[in-house]
Amino acid sequence: MNSVNAKQNDSLLRFMTCGSVDDGKSTLIGRLLFDTKTILADTLNQMERTSKKRGLDAVDLSLLTDGLQAEREQGITIDVAYRYFSTGTRKYIIADAPGHEQYTRNMVTAASTANLAIILIDARKGVLTQTRRHSYLAHLVGIPHIVVAVNKMDLINYDQATFEKIKSDYLVFAEQIGLQHSGRDIKFVPLSALNGDMLVDRGESIPWYEGPTLLELLEMAPAAHSEINEHFRFPVQFVCRPHASDDPELHDFRGFMGKVESGFISIGDNVTVLPNGINSRIKSIKLGTQELSEAITEESVTLLLEDEIDISRGDMIVKTGQFSDPVKQITAMVCWLSETPLSTARTYVIRHTTRESKAKIAEISYKVDVNSLEKIPTEGLNMNDIAKVSFKLAQPLMVDSYRVNRATGAFIIIDETTNNTVGAGMII
Amino acid sequence: MTTQNKQTLSHLDWLESEAIHILREVAGQCSNPVLLFSGGKDSLCLLRLAEKAFRPGRFPFPLMHIDTGHNYKEVIDFRDQRAQELGERLIVRSVEDSMKRGTVVLKSVDESRNKHQSVTLIEAIEEFGFDCCIGGARRDEEKARAKERIMSFRDEFGQWDPKNQRPELWNLYNARTHKGENIRAFPISNWTEMDVWQYIERENLGLPSIYFAHKRQIVRRSGGMMPVTDITPAKPGELIEEILVRFRTVGDITCTAPVESDADTVGKIVLETATTTITERGATRLDDQTSDASMEQRKKEGYF
Repeated sequence: MNSVNAKQNDSLLRFMTCGSVDDGKSTLIGRLLFDTKTILADTLNQMERTSKKRGLDAVDLSLLTDGLQAEREQGITIDVAYRYFSTGTRKYIIADAPGHEQYTRNMVTAASTANLAIILIDARKGVLTQTRRHSYLAHLVGIPHIVVAVNKMDLINYDQATFEKIKSDYLVFAEQIGLQHSGRDIKFVPLSALNGDMLVDRGESIPWYEGPTLLELLEMAPAAHSEINEHFRFPVQFVCRPHASDDPELHDFRGFMGKVESGFISIGDNVTVLPNGINSRIKSIKLGTQELSEAITEESVTLLLEDEIDISRGDMIVKTGQFSDPVKQITAMVCWLSETPLSTARTYVIRHTTRESKAKIAEISYKVDVNSLEKIPTEGLNMNDIAKVSFKLAQPLMVDSYRVNRATGAFIIIDETTNNTVGAGMII
Repeated sequence: MTTQNKQTLSHLDWLESEAIHILREVAGQCSNPVLLFSGGKDSLCLLRLAEKAFRPGRFPFPLMHIDTGHNYKEVIDFRDQRAQELGERLIVRSVEDSMKRGTVVLKSVDESRNKHQSVTLIEAIEEFGFDCCIGGARRDEEKARAKERIMSFRDEFGQWDPKNQRPELWNLYNARTHKGENIRAFPISNWTEMDVWQYIERENLGLPSIYFAHKRQIVRRSGGMMPVTDITPAKPGELIEEILVRFRTVGDITCTAPVESDADTVGKIVLETATTTITERGATRLDDQTSDASMEQRKKEGYF
């Protein structure tokens, strides 16, 4: 190892930003990239040219995140964009989603892979309906860390009392939606994305705030899966049987390839293969040609078992005694993603881990008004609706509650006619 | 019962694991995929990832290169050598054959063939009936790629419609297609140029020699550098200089420019990448500079 690779011990954090253009979200992201030296000279030049063309004095940092021509013409962001920066100690993946109500599905998409959400509040406006919506969705999709960024402090003369008021307002409503009870970690930071106060640099305008800057909060946030005890879950993606090989040693090779979605596994551990419930032990763990003694969460490996068992894609390897029975009925919070409404008469395909099953709607209990959080009775679902739905399944699935395990509690709904992904579900 | 699991993967291990997972999803979901391999650094990373994903088995897909006929010999030689070392099947389809068939018509003899690769690619997809092409594109390369899916859907004409992409949640990829349709899968979507170089360094991957500093004849043209080759000769009045350069990307000679550099090892390139002030495409891809949205336009037309 030499040069930059000496810092091999770094980690990765995925986070999302919730807010609208008006809250200065694009400016905030632009500022993070700019102050961590991620924006390079040619990009900056291009932004300067565009800013001038639009008659602006300073560089508009929001230009950095406005991606597609179609969107720029409309002046809005309509899809999730992914951005990257690195601090030398950590690599970050930002999922930048539009915050408007009609883009609930994009927020849910961005949230699905995030371990932290930055919720932006305009200091002049305080806690708004959209703040409630963003917080509810971050909560629903199970993001464990919330940073409430009170932006535009420069426009209220960096007034501490206003910041404190927003903070207490937010905590009252966090209590209401159960954010606090669920053990969510909520932090607050006052900042000015425009001037760069309290993002990467502290600046000099907010001396009364002694807490960490936004970047320090990101640097401190625990990595995904690092805080909770999760059971070992290994959905089989692909079975490697190179029996046609010339090498006689490979003749009986049966490798079960997949990613450790949660927990960890060591050689010699007793395992059970679901849904059939056959027991065996781990003989070998491989990453390519490298032999490992154990595999940890999020590691893609190949497992070999002591016994010859017929296993295929869609089966799941778990530690013996750490699972409940496969189910043929599930209840979930569903976000409908498609412009075509859900039809209760139709059969859909549910993809859960590497497994698929046909599914019929058994019941829609209610849908949630994402602004008032009221539960409303409903017959069907339209795009951006969030609802509690029960399904009957043709094939058994090996599920955990989403609250306990995001990987084995999540599924997508596919319309077989179009092959589109039309819904996303989180098992209750 | 479980004990506390506090170990987490380093960022490179995480990126590697994600890419392996994506490759295996392609293998599990698609019936006839292909991996696009140019001999360039990103696709060389893909090959190492495929080894980690599928060995001791064979790759569950062949390799394919769409050759413009305007590639550096060093890269083509390296491409063939690497495929042979791996013992995997390499398919080569060339833009020149499409020109002979009349499906590619150049506006002028010296027009860049780069964008015409799309035609040859779509012809090859039809010829072999591929339902998925695995490529080494990254989201950090260009603005229009920031919203690209990991499994990107293309219609029968190979077209990418930014408004008609499937939502992609968790790591539940949907690579389903009807006949004629196609998925482009990007296992290293979440990698940056720096990640690629760090991975090459860690894995000790071999690269075509033109990635390293070497003496080359160039001319300076419209703010950039142009290598002097048979295909891209100096124009009358241009000053030919011989300087130390390396390539940050390798592609069609007519649209890939070198950068001045004395970095002759991967370690030095990693350091240089950490301190560079210009983006990879900005420095070296002449085809993206025409307009802010030129990549978006080319992708809509079926470009990779």
